[in-house]
Amino acid sequence: MLVDELAHTNSTGSRHTKRWGDVEDLLSAGIDVYTTLSVQHLESVSDIVSGIIGTRVRETVPDSVFEDATEVVFLDLPPNDLLARLDAGKVYVPVEIERARQNFFRKGNLIALREIALRRVADRVNSDVRNYRLSKSVTTVWPTRERLMVCVSAGRTQELLIAEGARLAQRLRAECLVFHVQQSSEDERDQECVRALARQAEGIKVEFLSVAGTDVADTILEWARTNNVTKLVLGYGTRRWNRPWRRRLSERIARANSGLGIVLVAAKSMPRKSGPFRRNSEPPVSARSLGITTAACAATALVAGQLFRFFDSPNLVALFALTVVVVSLRLGRAAAIWAAFLSVLCFDFFFIPPLLSFAISDTQYLFTFAMILVIALVASEVGGRLRAEARSAQAGERREATVARVARDLSGAVKAEQIAAICTATIAPLFDARVALILPDSTDRLSSSSETGGFEDLSVAQWTYDHVQRAGRGTDTLSGAAALYLPFKAPIQCRGVLAIKPLDWRSIEDFDDKRLLEGCCSSIALALERIHFAQVAQDTLVHMEGERLRNSLLSAVSHDLRTPLTAIRGLAETLEREVDLSETDRTELASAVRYQAEGLQRMVTNLLDVARMQSAGVRLNREWHSLDEIVGSALSQVGPALSERNLRTDLPGDLPLLEVDASLMERVLVNLVDNALKYTPAGTNIVIGAKAVGESMYCFVEDNGPGLPPGDSEHLFEPFVRGRKESAISGVGLGLALCRSIVGAHGGTIQAKVARPFGARFEIWLPLGSPPEIEEEAAYD
Amino acid sequence: MTKPRILIVEDEANIRRFVRMALEKEGMSVFEAQTVDQARLDVATRKPNLAIIDLGLPDGDGKALIREVRSWSMVPVLVLSAREQESEKVEALDAGADDYLVKPFGVPELLARVRAQLRRARVVSNAGAASSRVRFGAVTVDLATYEVRRGDEAVHLTPCEFRLLTALIRGNGKVLTHKQLLLEVWGPRYSDRPHYTRVYMAQLRQKLEESPSQPKHLMTELQVGYRLSGLTVEAEATRGGPSSADVDVPRHS
Repeated sequence: MLVDELAHTNSTGSRHTKRWGDVEDLLSAGIDVYTTLSVQHLESVSDIVSGIIGTRVRETVPDSVFEDATEVVFLDLPPNDLLARLDAGKVYVPVEIERARQNFFRKGNLIALREIALRRVADRVNSDVRNYRLSKSVTTVWPTRERLMVCVSAGRTQELLIAEGARLAQRLRAECLVFHVQQSSEDERDQECVRALARQAEGIKVEFLSVAGTDVADTILEWARTNNVTKLVLGYGTRRWNRPWRRRLSERIARANSGLGIVLVAAKSMPRKSGPFRRNSEPPVSARSLGITTAACAATALVAGQLFRFFDSPNLVALFALTVVVVSLRLGRAAAIWAAFLSVLCFDFFFIPPLLSFAISDTQYLFTFAMILVIALVASEVGGRLRAEARSAQAGERREATVARVARDLSGAVKAEQIAAICTATIAPLFDARVALILPDSTDRLSSSSETGGFEDLSVAQWTYDHVQRAGRGTDTLSGAAALYLPFKAPIQCRGVLAIKPLDWRSIEDFDDKRLLEGCCSSIALALERIHFAQVAQDTLVHMEGERLRNSLLSAVSHDLRTPLTAIRGLAETLEREVDLSETDRTELASAVRYQAEGLQRMVTNLLDVARMQSAGVRLNREWHSLDEIVGSALSQVGPALSERNLRTDLPGDLPLLEVDASLMERVLVNLVDNALKYTPAGTNIVIGAKAVGESMYCFVEDNGPGLPPGDSEHLFEPFVRGRKESAISGVGLGLALCRSIVGAHGGTIQAKVARPFGARFEIWLPLGSPPEIEEEAAYD
Repeated sequence: MTKPRILIVEDEANIRRFVRMALEKEGMSVFEAQTVDQARLDVATRKPNLAIIDLGLPDGDGKALIREVRSWSMVPVLVLSAREQESEKVEALDAGADDYLVKPFGVPELLARVRAQLRRARVVSNAGAASSRVRFGAVTVDLATYEVRRGDEAVHLTPCEFRLLTALIRGNGKVLTHKQLLLEVWGPRYSDRPHYTRVYMAQLRQKLEESPSQPKHLMTELQVGYRLSGLTVEAEATRGGPSSADVDVPRHS
């Protein structure tokens, strides 16, 4: 596919702000793209180009896009030929030609641009050669990667520094990052500057980092040391007018002898724009603070007036100085100056001869006045700094507390819903925003959950999820969306998307907040991944448990199925071959076959039930049943062996209905009665009974046979456990285990007890629930 | 007297064989079909008195076959179902089958069910001549006068209980599903409330059965429905002499 003009800016409302974003989409969809790009649109050279042609190039393409190109073809045209084409009307429509000639298409410009282009392509070819050598070399030696750190401060010239650093990094094939030390003295305008720098860095895909620190040089060195930075790029600025005694940053870093390479870029320091020198830590000038100052000075004058009788006037200066210091510390610079001014006036008027006049007889008092003013300025400066530091410490603390809280809360979360709740509980108030956690389903499609705000756009979220890149408002992709979408980037894969829609967008433009948000996102991503793998581990465990059960089932079944099968086969063969059997023998053999088959049938039924309960979990088909029907049905299944025992049922006529799966409860009763038949001699009494006790149905099967084997009766309910080992009584030891899981699935319990005076009693407790209403019949006829 | 004609539709040869042997020994003539297509043809041409149909047939659905046969024939249908087809057997009964057997089943049980269905068919076909008085166990019911007696005692039934009992009597050994009973006794509004039949059956049993938890006549087909067994129709007093409906059914002695 051919896409012309890579640097084009799309019309608003498009998916990407710039055309190169669309091209990246095409590439990731597996479509090959040919495209064209003029050299002046390359981000890393844009500042040079701006310097040459005198206007700012707005349409830029990150160098990484250029670098990623499979092949670069250079289309060269000598400037004269290009100008000839321009004159021939092949570039612009005729009316535009003259203007273009005046501005961009000057011969000097074209020659310079041609040179830049040639150099850029030469660099590219050079790196191709290097890559080729590396790929062909048998012993590939990976050079230690260089890491370049561009140190910027809040200032206009710093953009050049970043561009230069990025170019250098490219040439060195080094990793590049931009570093800013955030200081308490930065004001609103500085922060705006830093934000612009961060945007610039993001635009050319260079990492931007802002770290708080009191001493710039120390912070830079410390960070560089701990993060394997090899080279620093520093601006070589002029000394600050108000700090002539301080060394330049570059000098201090050079003197630290850290072993780092230092690249100095001589950046012209531009003067700050005029305007009030307002620190954002400065309390605003208000009538109230000035009033308080005036009152304080008046009070001081009164006190001093009282003391004037005992002390000389020079001693009273200290009193005024104290007032000025207190006012300066608390109320800021303007109030300090006002206090100094008032103090000087009061002092002069009341206490310096000639008294009650502003005239000064002794010039040494001028020195006193000057000192008071200096005290006021210094105190206000110190006060402002203290306040700023306290505030920045507070903000940092708040951030750290938030991250810690999010991390702590997330560490306890075991379900995605809990994570969503944490999101809304902590992140939403922090940014004063609405947030939504959008998680993928098993097919990697995102679906919004019920508790989200409904403001999120799933298609944007899906894009974010698929490309693992931020999108939405404030980004280059789908910037028309109403919210910002951040991917949960976890080590293995993206785990979902956070949609955030703050009430005030400036609140997340701030660099720190952006980082905080990203920190939260990666915490959430890790938590989501942890949950995912916990689920996988859980599934594996369940699977293994099932596997173990299946194995013991198989071994038990292979024994217990073979025994009756051998008997059946043997009996049938005897019937088949022995022709001269008497009629009674024949009948006996045949009924033995039938008896064995019936036993097999019961065993297979149990096995099938166990398999059903194991494979599908227990899926109950619950309906409201009367217990005596289930008992009756169970007894009719047990069959003729029952006639050898004295069976009694003890079921009151007014038993309430039970909400149970009838065929499973029938199985429980059949198994219990079967057990009683198996383990008791003929003539034993068997009683099946039930009654409602409180909120439960109590149901029992009791016999007065030999009772339970000694020991813990609980383990009778484990699978493949039989009361007597290797007895001739057939069975797999599944009956009671099945009973327990069926009763358990109904929310009930089953226990084996010793009956008095002897025998065994199996007790079942089932919750009664609230049976459905039955309409009363209107009338009896 | 002609032999009862039984059609067995089953794809498993061994099952066909032992069912055939058992039924022929009872003096019945047996036809075999292995597929739905063949069964459809045989029901139409051989005019059986009873069809035994397996639900899992190789070329189609046994339920669909029953529904189709029901649209043009009243032949009693006995369904064979495997245990994993439990819900299907209710569907088959709702589609018009009369009774069911769960595999594996024994020969005595099969013969009992076959005999009951043949007897029932005879009663139904003689409906015009039958008396309004029926009897099961010690209980006699006069459908014309709404009189119910257990032994010598008169039993009082509520209207719903009586309607339920008459529905079961009309079924006469046929398995009636909960849905069918609810529709007939309480009406369509109640068709999803099976607990009604359970409660009323319990009441009926308390009033009519000797041992309600081990009933002999008002039989429970668990999770399916109910069936009345052991029903006999008393001859009109004017004709004289008891004539039970099952006298014509041949019996192996």
